[in-house]
Amino acid sequence: MSFVTVRDVWQSYGGRPILERVNVDIEEGEFISIVGASGCGKSTFLRMLLAQELPSRGAIQIEGGDPAKEPGIERGVVFQKYSVFPHLTVRQNLLAAEGFCTPLGFLPRKARKSANMRSQNTLDRIGLSHVADQYPASLSGGMQQRLAIGQALMATPRVLLLDEPFGALDPGTRLQMHDFLMELRAETGMTIFMVSHDLEEAFKLGDRVLVFDKPRWDPHDPGLYGATITYDFDARTGGIPYQNILNDYPGLMAAE
Amino acid sequence: MRLINRVPDRPLSVFLLALPFVAICVAYAIGSDIRLTANPSDKLLPAPETIWNTAMRLISEPDRRSETILFWRDTWSSLYRLLFGVAISATISLIVGMAIGLLPFMRSFMSTFVAVLSMVPPLALLPILFIVFGLGEVSKIVLIVVGITPFMTRDIAQRVLDIPTEQLVKAQTLGASTWVIASRVALPQVLPRLISNVRLSLGSAWLFLIAAEAVASNVGLGYRIFLVRRYLAMDVILTYVIWITILAFILDWLLKNVSKYAFPWMEEGL
Ligand SMILES: Nc1ncnc2c1ncn2[C@@H]1O[C@H](COP(=O)(O)OP(=O)(O)OP(=O)(O)O)[C@@H](O)[C@H]1O
Ligand SMILES: [Mg+2]
Repeated sequence: MSFVTVRDVWQSYGGRPILERVNVDIEEGEFISIVGASGCGKSTFLRMLLAQELPSRGAIQIEGGDPAKEPGIERGVVFQKYSVFPHLTVRQNLLAAEGFCTPLGFLPRKARKSANMRSQNTLDRIGLSHVADQYPASLSGGMQQRLAIGQALMATPRVLLLDEPFGALDPGTRLQMHDFLMELRAETGMTIFMVSHDLEEAFKLGDRVLVFDKPRWDPHDPGLYGATITYDFDARTGGIPYQNILNDYPGLMAAE
Repeated sequence: MRLINRVPDRPLSVFLLALPFVAICVAYAIGSDIRLTANPSDKLLPAPETIWNTAMRLISEPDRRSETILFWRDTWSSLYRLLFGVAISATISLIVGMAIGLLPFMRSFMSTFVAVLSMVPPLALLPILFIVFGLGEVSKIVLIVVGITPFMTRDIAQRVLDIPTEQLVKAQTLGASTWVIASRVALPQVLPRLISNVRLSLGSAWLFLIAAEAVASNVGLGYRIFLVRRYLAMDVILTYVIWITILAFILDWLLKNVSKYAFPWMEEGL
């Protein structure tokens, strides 16, 4: 029994299929990179994993349990933007990860001290101690994404979903974030799904690289068929050099 | 240099700021002087010093019959009605607006209703309010509430809907319940908007208040203006109009500063 099971999942919006017959099994602790042309439904797949929306057919299960009906604490997420709360300081954003799951949304007095320590810890890890009392709007894009990742991790999810988390960052910051993410992953052993437009990044970080594309194509009506997972590369053994994917899927080049 | 890139320096902008006020005062003084030289007993444009003397008399001398200074009694009862009405509206619009914005069930249930309500011309309801609630304080406060609540509610609901879905999903992945999302994610982001709504609605609120006071009342700024109109007491009317303007300006300024200090995260950023 695999950890995450995706069985025959379809999704369509207003009768237009976006994803069709998606099947995949993920082991616990795997790092899954997801690539594909723009608009082929990668974010849609992630939203379904998150249970932000439900597939029109098929089911997604974690450890064989009932499919989730709404987002919950076992799945964390970092979006490309808008992931942190603009009205909370950096420290408060991290503490929210602990406080929001209480009935009233505030930590009881007793729990505050240990929560403060944990958030200070995370602050040091993500290198934001010096801006702990600033609001997100005054941080750079890279700092905001680090905060978003730190916040998602404070809630200790079993599955972490990342939708182009480093898309807006410069190459240097991006490399730093890669190291940071790999460290965290080694520590926590989380299962991670990451959508990326950068093939190099996808193969560098991922254990597996899933390619989404349309297996069927109607030249008269491109919207007739949905996309599915057409390739599932093993990136751990070096996999297939990604140049070959570029040859097979010229659409990816355009997406980059 | 393009006109859109030309910025006045500090002394010039102070001068420009003062210019329309000075211009109005000068124009008035000239107009009033022309009329008064033609006819010294003219009542339409009293001389500035007449207005000043009247104002001083109004704010300091008690009324002979009631032994109170009517000016201050009018001010307090009008402010009381205005602030009471606006406070009720703000509370209702915050609660209903957040519910509409956050809960799909409430959206189906209330949003069209509120949209239709906001089309009802409030002043047309005034007679009904007087019949139902009598001529006392209640009908005046209710008119303000009826007049400004639908608009404020719609705006709050829209503002909640404008909160990026990502934030609401994020809160859920941190384990937040509906209540926690409402109180810790939506509410703090909507409060600044509520204050700016109140600022915008104060103009209408004054309008409704003065209309209600003009029709049926025995105290209040609007009541006094319409009472002395019968005697063509322009000096009193002008004093009251200027005073209402000053009050409105002070309220607006206070709210602006509350907003600035209470929501520092709004100001930051690029
Ligand atoms: N809520 C929605 N309603 C209708 N259509 C939608 C909705 N969400 C997505 N779509 C459509 O589904 C398709 C896939 O969208 P999705 O965001 O999943 O693409 P993507 O692979 O993440 O693209 P990108 O790489 O540009 O982020 C798009 O054509 C989009 O227009
Ligand atoms: Mg996307």
